[in-house]
Amino acid sequence: MAEIILEHVTKRFPDGALAVDDFNLDIADGEFVILVGPSGCGKSTTLNMIAGLEDITSGELLIGGQVVNQKSPKDRDIAMVFQSYALYPHMTVRENMGFALKLAKTPRDVINQKVEEAARILDLTQHLDRKPANLSGGQRQRVAMGRAIVRDPAAFLMDEPLSNLDAKLRVQTRTEVSRLQRRLGTTMVYVTHDQVEALTLGDRVAVMRSGILQQVASPQELYDRPVNLFVAGFIGSPSMNFMSGTLEEGKLRTALGDIPIAGQLQQDLAGANVGRDVIVGIRPENFEDGALVPAENRHNGMTFPATIDVVESLGSEKFVYFSKELGAVETAELAELARDSGRAEGGAAAETVVARLDPATQITEGQDAELWVDVRAVHVFDPASGKNLTRGVSGASATITGGSGEAAPAPAQPDTGTGTTDQDSGSATTPPR
Amino acid sequence: MATTTPQKVGWSVANVVTIVLVLIPLVWIISLSFKTTGSITDPTYFPVHWTWSNYSGILTTSTFLRPLLNSVGIGAIATFVAVVLASMAAYAVARLNFPGKSVLIGVSLLIAMFPAIALATPLFNIERVLGLFNTWPGLIIPYVATGLPLGIYTLSAFFREIPWELEKAAKVDGATPFQAFVRVIAPLAAPGMVTTAILVFLFCWNEFLLAITLTATTASRTAPAALSFFTGSSQFAVPTGSISAAAVVITIPIIIFVLFFQRRIVAGLTSGAVKG
Repeated sequence: MAEIILEHVTKRFPDGALAVDDFNLDIADGEFVILVGPSGCGKSTTLNMIAGLEDITSGELLIGGQVVNQKSPKDRDIAMVFQSYALYPHMTVRENMGFALKLAKTPRDVINQKVEEAARILDLTQHLDRKPANLSGGQRQRVAMGRAIVRDPAAFLMDEPLSNLDAKLRVQTRTEVSRLQRRLGTTMVYVTHDQVEALTLGDRVAVMRSGILQQVASPQELYDRPVNLFVAGFIGSPSMNFMSGTLEEGKLRTALGDIPIAGQLQQDLAGANVGRDVIVGIRPENFEDGALVPAENRHNGMTFPATIDVVESLGSEKFVYFSKELGAVETAELAELARDSGRAEGGAAAETVVARLDPATQITEGQDAELWVDVRAVHVFDPASGKNLTRGVSGASATITGGSGEAAPAPAQPDTGTGTTDQDSGSATTPPR
Repeated sequence: MATTTPQKVGWSVANVVTIVLVLIPLVWIISLSFKTTGSITDPTYFPVHWTWSNYSGILTTSTFLRPLLNSVGIGAIATFVAVVLASMAAYAVARLNFPGKSVLIGVSLLIAMFPAIALATPLFNIERVLGLFNTWPGLIIPYVATGLPLGIYTLSAFFREIPWELEKAAKVDGATPFQAFVRVIAPLAAPGMVTTAILVFLFCWNEFLLAITLTATTASRTAPAALSFFTGSSQFAVPTGSISAAAVVITIPIIIFVLFFQRRIVAGLTSGAVKG
């Protein structure tokens, strides 16, 4: 049980590459914090620094109130679960789980008792005397978790522990991890590149990009009030649609039509210059089939015509895709997001808008439909800095909120095959040797 | 790759030719070892009069039995020391970045390349001065030195294939770097160590030049060197039968070794060929 504090932590590799830049984060005792970001954003490096597997170039790392920069991993009282699980192939499950205790010279009967207790929690009792090579991927994953929990450490560190599981098992195990953390009440830092995992698991989620912490907030906060383009594009599945826009007197001109500036939007954009170019972001779920919007709600949005290219029905919802001349919205942040989600070619895809509609919609492919967009949910970003100009967002919000499971936003619930979420579900289940 | 009938025939012929070429001298030695002294010079390939006398002769004299013991002892100790040192060095080469790493690898290669004959005389002088001449350590030390480069090369290839995360996991589990090495990495590299041990032992067992240069009596002379000191029943008799019998005796362990461990030996020789 301990809090983990990172103060101005920076990591520069010997070759000069800056992996983590001035990272500040206070993780409260018992909190479940997720580090999320595309590959190469420095999240694993940050975790390794907390574990003591990487040196900290500058800044301070405190675990339980003590500066541990110079302490070796064994003196930090932390347990780690690796992406490859890193089970010792020459030891049985029992020996794997008891290894740390054995090194700590714990009496044999205490080791046995703790290992058996952990095995019971993780449903591994009947596998205790098998070798890792004879276990399934899910079982190996649980052994790796078991190895961590028998220690009863100050904190758990998890480095993409679910990414080697197939999609279905991953969703199951995700719930188990969440339950386990709540049951043990131990501080947990969890690294993932999967934003669905991040949103569903974490009390708070820290979004990283190129070594820089973008925003730390509760999942709902990240979804509702992303501080910049990167967070806005990274969180949510399918991801937010971006288009260029121009601020004019009382309205926001976009490819979809003129969005009236009123209400909250008016307050947020009060200081902005008329004629200014901006990037407009609209989440797929803020669209609706014009025909299905109740009359009393219509004034909250605007309607526009669109020729539907593709309709994907998932039963509980329908995704429709349509093309528009959206204008160039090329920023480094969006380019990185596109790369990360495998849409490297950009171009054509960037011109496509995704809308998530009520399954009752009668819209079909090729139809000229009338769509409605909730203008209250529109985000406006500064194209140069990428900062969100709406929602009163300014700077990194860092409020601690509990209970993520219930607070998780709707789009995170089904593990659908769209967007950035599942890009790695096909990635090989490479078993550890 | 599909093989056609002509290809199969071609390969079979080539294999048979190679095997025959290799076996002729081997069978010849075995045949000589069973010939009586008088019939050694017979123009027959196989013995006409079979005898065990060559074997009973060498296996009852200390001029062969003691060197045989020396061979086993020196080979075993040199192998053990070389494998322990090589595994540590190979681990450093495979896992750590330290200044002078490439120099270390270069120098170890250099040792392996150095012609042994160029070392024989200097070593002889050095060992006489140091009092190591004609002792077990006098042979063990140069054998370890020669076995190390081979060991470092073979083992570093094995170490490179062990996932680094295992070591990280051990560290997080509370192991010191030494504990991580001994309890996690070394057991996983055990196949590599066995391979290296076999290769180093075979080298020590077969080594002749240093063995004959750096020894003077049966106190430290190894079996291959002892063979050259066999004498016949008279001053004018060449002890061909005894030498043949001794050669067969010292070849048997090698054959058994290779048959048992051929997979490992091949793994050791080719490791690093693809990866690393």
